Amino acid sequence: MSFKPSCYPVRSAAPASAIEVLVDKRPVVARDGDTILTLLLREGGAVRKAEFGTGSRLRAGFCAMGACQDCWVNLADGQRVQACSTLIEKGMEVVTGLEYGKQ
Amino acid sequence: MASNKRPRFRVAVVGAGPAGLRAAQALADAGLVPTLINEAPEPGGQIYRRPPHALKNLQSPRELYGQDWKRAAALAEMFAELEGGIDYRPETLVWNAEVRPEGGFRLSLRNRAGTDETLDVAAVVLATGAMDRVLPVPGWTEPGVWSLGGAQVMLKAQAQLIGRQPVFAGSGPLLYLVAWQYAKAGGTPAAIIDSATFSAKLRAVPAMLSRPRVMLRGSYMAADLRRRGVPVFEGGHAERIETTDLGLVVHWSGKRGGGSALGDAVAIGHGLKPERQLADLLGCQIAFDAGYGGWLAVVDPEGRSSVRGIYLAGDMANIRGAHAAETAGELAAMALLSDFGHEASEQTGRRRGKLRHALQRQDTFRSAMERVFPFPHTRIAGLPDDTIVCRCEGVSAGDLRDAITNWNPVGVNRLKAFTRCGMGRCQSRLCGGIAAGLLAAATGQSVEAVGAVRGQAPVKPLPGPVLEGTEN
Repeated sequence: MSFKPSCYPVRSAAPASAIEVLVDKRPVVARDGDTILTLLLREGGAVRKAEFGTGSRLRAGFCAMGACQDCWVNLADGQRVQACSTLIEKGMEVVTGLEYGKQ
Repeated sequence: MASNKRPRFRVAVVGAGPAGLRAAQALADAGLVPTLINEAPEPGGQIYRRPPHALKNLQSPRELYGQDWKRAAALAEMFAELEGGIDYRPETLVWNAEVRPEGGFRLSLRNRAGTDETLDVAAVVLATGAMDRVLPVPGWTEPGVWSLGGAQVMLKAQAQLIGRQPVFAGSGPLLYLVAWQYAKAGGTPAAIIDSATFSAKLRAVPAMLSRPRVMLRGSYMAADLRRRGVPVFEGGHAERIETTDLGLVVHWSGKRGGGSALGDAVAIGHGLKPERQLADLLGCQIAFDAGYGGWLAVVDPEGRSSVRGIYLAGDMANIRGAHAAETAGELAAMALLSDFGHEASEQTGRRRGKLRHALQRQDTFRSAMERVFPFPHTRIAGLPDDTIVCRCEGVSAGDLRDAITNWNPVGVNRLKAFTRCGMGRCQSRLCGGIAAGLLAAATGQSVEAVGAVRGQAPVKPLPGPVLEGTEN
């Protein structure tokens, strides 16, 4: 299926400065102030694959306020973080397991 | 204030939204040094959520908070003054709360850096807010489908739209508010599917007149959206969300037929649901509230819970919105002070009466809102078998029905044990009420009779490093 959700800056938004991070070992440019959720949506439209259930099982967050727990991702250093409430930092390495680089 | 009159006991306020901030202020004004614990990096709660530093000047306060921008600014200003005089803990999760056998309470904290701490206090004000209450539909787990609150948070905290043409579905004041905010921010809402009917809205007008400005604001936004050409389907229910090549399609039904709405994102929600987990862990009594159609913590008019020393304020106790939360927060702090023997001035006493009165008025409005925007309980029974009810554990309505038929669980907690529905990371926040509704419908019992899902620590997964292997 060719449709992938994303997210778009609001009309009034001026371009923010760029930060380079790694998503699944691929260099990606984030906007300073992005959460991991925002970045992953923009890059590939999904955050993780649910462990259980049927269908694509792809998830891309839901509540964006740290309540639904549907956007946990791994960092390369072993931390697990909530994508919606974790800001991108320089040099961060996000591991989704979705093979973003190969899409 | 004379220093010898200063009350000396330790008190914590959990949550730094409108209720928590006002509670902390009132406690500090009385000479206490409250510990204010905020899960977020910045105060304000979800309603007055602030963008991260790098995005600070992208949107004006008016763009961020609409007509409430002055209230948001006033709270921010108040906090800037308050912060130095209190024990403030940002980015800190309270993941457990216990009653200590020797008296008082113990809170277990972990901050973002992974540092653990336990805090022993004599009293606690819980102001943990609320999250979206959502009736699931098949496809609500698809990427691009958000809760209404989530769609709004992306706007406020990230200056991002979830889509250029999102479909908004559900009910409640947030439905039109968020759609309208998207229209103002450069989006073009593809459709609004509102499960409330026009006639129910009309019937509630007299009671809603208790807060005329709020009512007028709501009707203005709805009218403005129509003027912008946004199709509004009143009395419509989202039945299924489908990812197609073109985007996300919301199939909906109404009394006079139905249709499909295509968008590049979907936001759904049916009002708000208290974040009651810590109150549950502390043993605060809950009661089934018919108007709300679910379990709420028992509170007296000033915010006392059933446990002496635990006070509940803001949306975590009663969904009355941000204005009432400020009132409730201050009032709960005043009740606490008076219960712990702090002598209040005559002026404070008068203010306490005034706040109580204001809350009563907001209660009248709340019950009117509950009548216009009832949670669509009756639709739970008809959820298709392939609806994922528990997002965490991937448990569908069909799985739950099978378990009910095969194992005959006596209550929702047995159903949880049989299916893992509600055992996942979110601790039944999203699925608990739905599982209860399915069980009640399948067994011919009331939702009240099947009980409420019991809470467990940790109330959220703990942030910080993990030792076990990664999962894929």
